[in-house]
Amino acid sequence: MSGDLKFQFLCRMGDNALVLGHRLSEWCGHAPMLEEDIATANTALDLIGQATNWLTLAADVEGAGRKADDLAMLRDAWDFRNVLLVEQPNGDFGQTITRQMLFDQWHLLMLQALETSTFEPVAEIAAKSVKEVTYHAERSSDLAIRLGDGTQESRGKMQAALDLLYPYCGEMLKSDEVDAALADAGIAPRLEKLAPDYHAAIGDVLDAATLTAPTHGFIQTGGKSGRMHSEHLGHMLCVMQNLQRSYPGAQW
Amino acid sequence: MSSKEWPLWEIFIRGQHGMSHRHVGSLHAPDAEMAMKNARDVYTRRNEGVSIWAVQAAAIVASSPSEKGPLYEPSKSKIYRHPTFFDIPDDVGAM
Repeated sequence: MSGDLKFQFLCRMGDNALVLGHRLSEWCGHAPMLEEDIATANTALDLIGQATNWLTLAADVEGAGRKADDLAMLRDAWDFRNVLLVEQPNGDFGQTITRQMLFDQWHLLMLQALETSTFEPVAEIAAKSVKEVTYHAERSSDLAIRLGDGTQESRGKMQAALDLLYPYCGEMLKSDEVDAALADAGIAPRLEKLAPDYHAAIGDVLDAATLTAPTHGFIQTGGKSGRMHSEHLGHMLCVMQNLQRSYPGAQW
Repeated sequence: MSSKEWPLWEIFIRGQHGMSHRHVGSLHAPDAEMAMKNARDVYTRRNEGVSIWAVQAAAIVASSPSEKGPLYEPSKSKIYRHPTFFDIPDDVGAM
């Protein structure tokens, strides 16, 4: 298989973790409770660590002399390969938790499948990440249940967040030509095969949270192919990349 | 306002197997399950522990500082309660 397809896939995994990790870091010092503030920052750090592993491997596979930091800090929005879900703004805390729960449940299934990847470095990163993400998924689901099955106000916010974000879930389960090639090579799972477990896991959480997923079936795509990111990603990268763009090569 | 606040939990961490749990601090959580998760995130992020206990602060019965006279002073004059009047054979080693 071509190195470029592998590179695209590794950027998808790395950019999902990087963009969501940065989004979560935006809560640092602002979360509604001290305990949630520190837990959110912990999750952000886990994800940025995973992004480092994926993007280091991506840069190796690309073999163009770039490093993980170059990929993270010097690419423009149209070169990012994350799904649209993770770049959506934090909104209120309910929106952040809903986004996290919807992603974590997919992320966990994806990493569990990648543990048996035929490409050894991918299996290694997946095995290391799956422990962290098991905890992320437990935490975000527990919080989603408590906020959904909470007060009238918290339930209203969670349902609004779900209505807003649910259409972005489909992109994680819909293969394009990159995903299909990786699945044919045994490097990654066929995404459609994750769908039954994903919907079952999400369904359990939503039932317990007394929330209802939209049934219109519409899905938003365009993030992982780079075809059409939402405007939010560019704004986020302005902040995330500002230092390296202003002082190229700066180190600490 | 107070009904909207999460209850306070006291957190105890065991640093390594064989040691006792030690009080490390407190935190807020809506229920026992989340108290455990918050304790993991707040108090074990630098690999401090192998076991966590979370106890609702309201469930702890504490002595009052104003009672310290009757509670503790009577034992001050009873030094014979310390087992320091025995010669310990060297072979016993550290006690």
